[in-house]
Amino acid sequence: MSQVLIPSDPPTHRWIASSLARDVGVTQAVADPVFTSFGRTWWLALLASLPFAIWLFCAIGWLFYQGIGIWGINSTIVWGVAIANYVWWIGIGNAGTLISAMLLLTRQKWRASINRFAEAMTLFAVAIAGLMPIIHLGRPIYAYWLAPYPNTMALWPQWRSALVWDFWAIVSYLLFSILFWYVSLIPDLATMRDRTPYRAGQLIYGAFALGWRGSAREWSRLQTLHTTMAALGVPLVCSVHSIVGLDFAASLMPGWQESIFPPYFVVGAMYSGFAMVVLLAAAIRWGFGLQAIITRRHFDVMGRVLLMASIVMFYSYATEWFMGWYGGEHSDRELVRFEFTGTYAPLFWALLACNCAIPQLLWWPTARRSLPILIAIAVAINVGMWLERILIVWNTLSHGYMPSLWRTFHFTFWDWTFLIAPLGFFAFLFLLFVRVVPSVSMFDMRELSHEERAA
Amino acid sequence: MTERLLAEFRDDRALQAGLQLVRGAGHSALEAFTPYPIEGLAEQLAQDRSMIRPVMLIGGAGTAAFALLLQWYSAVMNYPIVSGGRPLNSWQVFLLVPFEVGVFAAALAGVIAFFHSCGLPRLHDSLFAVPGFERATQDRYFLLVAAEDTSTDLRAMLRDAGALGVTEVRAP
Repeated sequence: MSQVLIPSDPPTHRWIASSLARDVGVTQAVADPVFTSFGRTWWLALLASLPFAIWLFCAIGWLFYQGIGIWGINSTIVWGVAIANYVWWIGIGNAGTLISAMLLLTRQKWRASINRFAEAMTLFAVAIAGLMPIIHLGRPIYAYWLAPYPNTMALWPQWRSALVWDFWAIVSYLLFSILFWYVSLIPDLATMRDRTPYRAGQLIYGAFALGWRGSAREWSRLQTLHTTMAALGVPLVCSVHSIVGLDFAASLMPGWQESIFPPYFVVGAMYSGFAMVVLLAAAIRWGFGLQAIITRRHFDVMGRVLLMASIVMFYSYATEWFMGWYGGEHSDRELVRFEFTGTYAPLFWALLACNCAIPQLLWWPTARRSLPILIAIAVAINVGMWLERILIVWNTLSHGYMPSLWRTFHFTFWDWTFLIAPLGFFAFLFLLFVRVVPSVSMFDMRELSHEERAA
Repeated sequence: MTERLLAEFRDDRALQAGLQLVRGAGHSALEAFTPYPIEGLAEQLAQDRSMIRPVMLIGGAGTAAFALLLQWYSAVMNYPIVSGGRPLNSWQVFLLVPFEVGVFAAALAGVIAFFHSCGLPRLHDSLFAVPGFERATQDRYFLLVAAEDTSTDLRAMLRDAGALGVTEVRAP
C-alpha cells in the first residue's frame, strides 16, 4: 500500500489531478488497466480468495445436509452468526446505493470517483446477505414459500411476518441496485467497446452497451432516469434497513422492542458501508494506480462522514441505555447491566472502542489524510459493527425474561466458517469485477474535469 | 434527398459554436454525440420531452396498488387467519411490501421507457461506420446536421466553425 500520498493538487482542480483533467486522460487512466496484463498481484489475490469461495459453498452444502445444529445456536439463543452476518452484509450493501444516490441528489461531484465500485460492492454484499436468512431457515428447500403463488395447499404467506418483509425488501433492493448500477454503466461499456483491442471484447462490451452512441437524446434521458432512480433509491435503502431493524423491533424481547431500531440500523448501515468503501477505494487506488482520480481529498471527506456517523451511533447507543433505564422495566434495566458487565462484556467494550472511541481520531485532518490510519480505523469500524450486530442478537437472547433460560453462545468451527468465508467470497467477486468493468465512472469523471477546468 | 453531414469537433465549445452557426444559417441540427452529458444540449436541439417520469409513476403506483390488493385479498378474503389478535386487515404493516416492490417496479418501468425512447438496444447504426466515430464515447464531439438550404455550402461552414472532419452520412 502506498504510504505517502501524492502532493496536493493545484487549487483549481479539487477532485482530480491536473495532469489527468482531460477526456483522454480520464479514459486512459480508467479503461486501460482493464485491457493490459492482469499482473501478479491480481492473480495472487484471486488465488488467495478462491479457497474461501470454495470453502463457503462446501460449508453451505454441509449445512444443507446436516442442518443448522452445526452452529453454536441452542434452544435459547436461536439466532447466531447467520443473522448477525445478514444484518452486517446488508448494511454494507446499503451503503453503495445510498452513497451514490444521496451524493447524486445533493450534487456532490466527488462521488464520480467512488460511485461505481461502491455500487458494485452493494450488489455483491446484498447477494451474500440474501443467502444468510435462507441458510438459517432450517428447511431451506421451502424458501420459495415466502412468495405468493397459486399452490395446491391453498396457502398464502403471512404478511404480518418480518421474514416476509425481509424477503420482499431484499429481492426488490437487489434488483433495483442491479438496474441502478447497470443504467449508469451503459455509457462506460460503450467506451470499452470502442477502446478494446480485442474482437471478443468488442462483441461482449458491445452487446452490453446496447448500441449506445452518446447522443444528446440518450444523455438527457439517461440523466432523467438516473436522478429519478436516485430519488427513489434513498427512501428504498432507508426502508430496507429499517425492515431489517423491524426483524428485532417487531418482537417482544427486552433490548429489541425499541422504536429507535429502524433509524439506528440505517445509520449503522451507512457507517459500516462507508468504512468498507474506504477500504475498497484504497485497494483500487493502489491496484490500478488511480491516485490522480481518487485523491486524498476523497479520503478526507469520507473520513468526515465516518466521524459524523460515529457520533450518531454513540448517540443511538446512549439513547438505548437511557431508555432502558428511564422506561423502568426491570428486564430492560437488567439487560443494559448485562451488556456492560455480563458474559459478553469484553466484546461490548470492544464494540464501543471500535465504533465510538477510535473513530474520534478523525477529528484530526492528519488522520483523515493518512491512508494507514484511515484504513486501520475503517477496519476497526467494520469489526465494531459486526460485534454490534452479534451482540444485539446474543445479549437479548441470552438474557431474556426467563432467568431459567439464560444461556451462552459458544462458537463452533462452522460459526467461524460462516463469518470468514463470505469475506473471501466477496473479495473474489470484487476482484473479478475490477478486471471486467471500469471501476470508476468515466463519463462522470469527464464531466467533472470539464467543470473543474471551467471553474 | 437532403444531405446529412457528421462534423467532428475537438471540444464542447467548438461543438456549441458550430451548432449556433448551422442553425443561424437555416439548416437543422439533428443530433449531437458527446463523451459526457452536456447540460442543455437536448434543449438546444429542440428535442421533445421524455415521458420517463410519468411512466415510472404509473408503473410504481400500479404495482404497489396490486401488491396491497393482493395482501388484502389473501389476508381478509381468501385465507383469513387471526394471528396474535391482530385485525385481518392489518393495513399498517401491509404497506411495507407495496413500498418495496413499488420502487423496484418504478425503476424497471423507467428503464424500459428509457430504452424505448432512445431506441435501445440497437444492434447497429449507420453512424458506427463513420471512421473515427468511436471517439464519440471517448474524447470527440460530433454534430449531425441536415442541409435544408442549398444556397449555402454547409460543408464549408462546418469547416469554418472548427470541425476537424466532415463526413456525409447516408441513411441505411
